[in-house]
Amino acid sequence: MSFVWTLAEQHEGRLKGVSFELLGRGRALADALDTKLASVVIGDGVDAAQLEALVHRGADEVYAIQDPRLASFTCETYSNLLVHLIKTYQPSVLLAAATSTGRTLMPHVAVRVHTGLTADCTELAIEPGTGQLLQTRPAIGGNIMATIKTPDHRPQMATVRPKSSRPLPADPTRVGKVIAVPLDDFLVDDRVRVTGYRRDALDFVNLEEAEVVVAGGRGMKKAEHFDLLRDLADAWGGAVGATRDAVDRGWLGYPHQVGLSGKTISPRLYIGAGISGAIQHLAGIKTSDTIVSINSDPDASLHKVADFGIVGDLFDVLRELRRRLQERREEGPS
Amino acid sequence: MDIVVPIKQVPETSNVKMDPKTGTMIRDGVETVVNPLDLFAIETALRLKEAHGGTVTALSMGPKGAEKALREAIAMGCDGGVLVSDRAFAGSDSWATSYTLSQAIRQMGRFDLIVAGERATDGDTGQVGPGIAAWLDLPLATYVAAITRVDPDEGRLTVERLVEEGYQVLELPLPALLTVVKEIAAPRLPMLRGKKRAKAAEVPLYTAATMDLEPAFLGLKGSPTRVVKVATPKVTRGGTVVQAKDAEAVAGAVDRLLAFLDARDLLPHDGAPAGGAAAEQAGGRP
Ligand SMILES: Cc1cc2nc3c(=O)[nH]c(=O)nc-3n(C[C@H](O)[C@H](O)[C@H](O)COP(=O)(O)OP(=O)(O)OC[C@H]3O[C@@H](n4cnc5c(N)ncnc54)[C@H](O)[C@@H]3O)c2cc1C
Ligand SMILES: Nc1ncnc2c1ncn2[C@@H]1O[C@H](COP(=O)(O)O)[C@@H](O)[C@H]1O
Repeated sequence: MSFVWTLAEQHEGRLKGVSFELLGRGRALADALDTKLASVVIGDGVDAAQLEALVHRGADEVYAIQDPRLASFTCETYSNLLVHLIKTYQPSVLLAAATSTGRTLMPHVAVRVHTGLTADCTELAIEPGTGQLLQTRPAIGGNIMATIKTPDHRPQMATVRPKSSRPLPADPTRVGKVIAVPLDDFLVDDRVRVTGYRRDALDFVNLEEAEVVVAGGRGMKKAEHFDLLRDLADAWGGAVGATRDAVDRGWLGYPHQVGLSGKTISPRLYIGAGISGAIQHLAGIKTSDTIVSINSDPDASLHKVADFGIVGDLFDVLRELRRRLQERREEGPS
Repeated sequence: MDIVVPIKQVPETSNVKMDPKTGTMIRDGVETVVNPLDLFAIETALRLKEAHGGTVTALSMGPKGAEKALREAIAMGCDGGVLVSDRAFAGSDSWATSYTLSQAIRQMGRFDLIVAGERATDGDTGQVGPGIAAWLDLPLATYVAAITRVDPDEGRLTVERLVEEGYQVLELPLPALLTVVKEIAAPRLPMLRGKKRAKAAEVPLYTAATMDLEPAFLGLKGSPTRVVKVATPKVTRGGTVVQAKDAEAVAGAVDRLLAFLDARDLLPHDGAPAGGAAAEQAGGRP
């Protein structure tokens, strides 16, 4: 069997959006290889409708391993389980999201099944002729794109950057098999115990999964001014990001930091205000779909990588933008 | 608590150059530094040592020159360093690197904790930490932003991992492996006394000959992945830049921005976020 597998991710019983993005990727690969696409769900409390949604978005088969002991991610048990499944079914390709879970679990599993793993891919394709997976990823802070193969080991494993592709539209006429797989006791490793989640109410942000990120840098001048960015981000249902400089000044918490020593993001739209565009910041945003830069310095590096740049005072520009978006909302859809 | 900190020597990020033929980094003449994200790992280990006693040993695999990184770690306060270096290790991917490092750690002897960086700024995979944990079958916590409780007698740690949903709180028994993020602690600067100690320190060298290794697992030959192509992406996007010097120009610039966003279907959709959770649940997104 030469299946393509994707690993679906869940939190508290809800599948994450990235699970559907992976299926879009996986579908294209499975079609090119003329094989089946399976989605593996490890978790607890994911309901039948959601499992069916995986089929509607491209899966031929769904393996659902659900158990209260799988509710929260712990690397050891998840890894035992995934290694067991891989050895049993021998998929040829395995994709997971480049999230905190995928980036922890996949390297652990790759070591144990003795295969290669390419991190943080933005492009995946099947090489004509050989049928091998071509895994392309930005490396060295986005300065190069490297294409990597795993010629002699299986499965060919990759983590894929969230938001680097769109999910397929749901097709309710698609049919597939949903297979419940029990969790065998011998796979449970209880050395690590998850005791809960601490959510920082003020500072909680899911930057990697935001479609729109509005980010601010030293040019924002003060913590209070970030309210302006928050208003804008809210208009899109997006998130607020920051440069290291802004975080180091205590204007926003570290979870907001974007770049080399912060998060790597690929939103559909990134707006940067008062950000010079240092190479370490660019490393985190280069794979954004659309980049907008607002900076009074015409020579700012961020303007050079932007699709749309405004040279001017960010406060004037952002206030005007906020006013105009508000107007549009009040006018209602045209 | 005896702690091992694997650190990588990397090129200084601001001036990386690539060899277009081989697709590898040109390392000659490039300033090297301790992977900046590994400084947080070193700092974490030093603080644990200060609070609970024990030793901190830095470990690096790389060319002979990586000894410099180890001396920097000693200057910061590490008790010693181990250099893992051999031609046979050249070209290792994260699988082979984590194998070789885990064998070095076995050889170093007893330890309570391994603290690694979240990722290296050159390879940028973040795979070596979890890989070492897999080889040594150690409980693993990645993206650790805080260690909130240490019970050295019981041999347990409570840590908080920075994940997409907030902070996941975990309890794990020692020995264990952590990878840490910047939030955990601001790294200290080396002190004069440390620098002197670093200069004088003996840094043991582990080679293929002195280690217990499976030859088929080493270097390029032992690496399951192959880089087959390297391309330089376009750096500039050739975007539009508009001026907004006065109030009138600001209004005009925002007009053009809105038109630009509209053309790319990036304007906020009435109430609902563009293609966000709501659209996903409704099952409709083109
Ligand atoms: C190892 C290492 C890791 C790093 N990791 C990261 C990282 O993860 N993320 C990160 O962001 N940085 C990182 N940095 C830091 C990075 O090099 C820069 O120092 C930082 O990104 C600069 O932040 P900034 O753009 O906010 O500030 P600045 O570079 O000071 O830029 C501020 C900009 O605001 C503009 N401005 C000021 N006032 C206004 C106004 N009224 N209207 C419009 N524009 C205005 C200015 O023209 C200027 O361009 C790292 C550095 C190192 C060495
Ligand atoms: N050659 C190496 N020598 C020692 N430690 C390493 C080496 N490569 C990676 N590491 C450790 O593993 C972490 C992740 O590296 P990487 O998987 O290369 O992104 C680094 O932050 C280091 O702590």
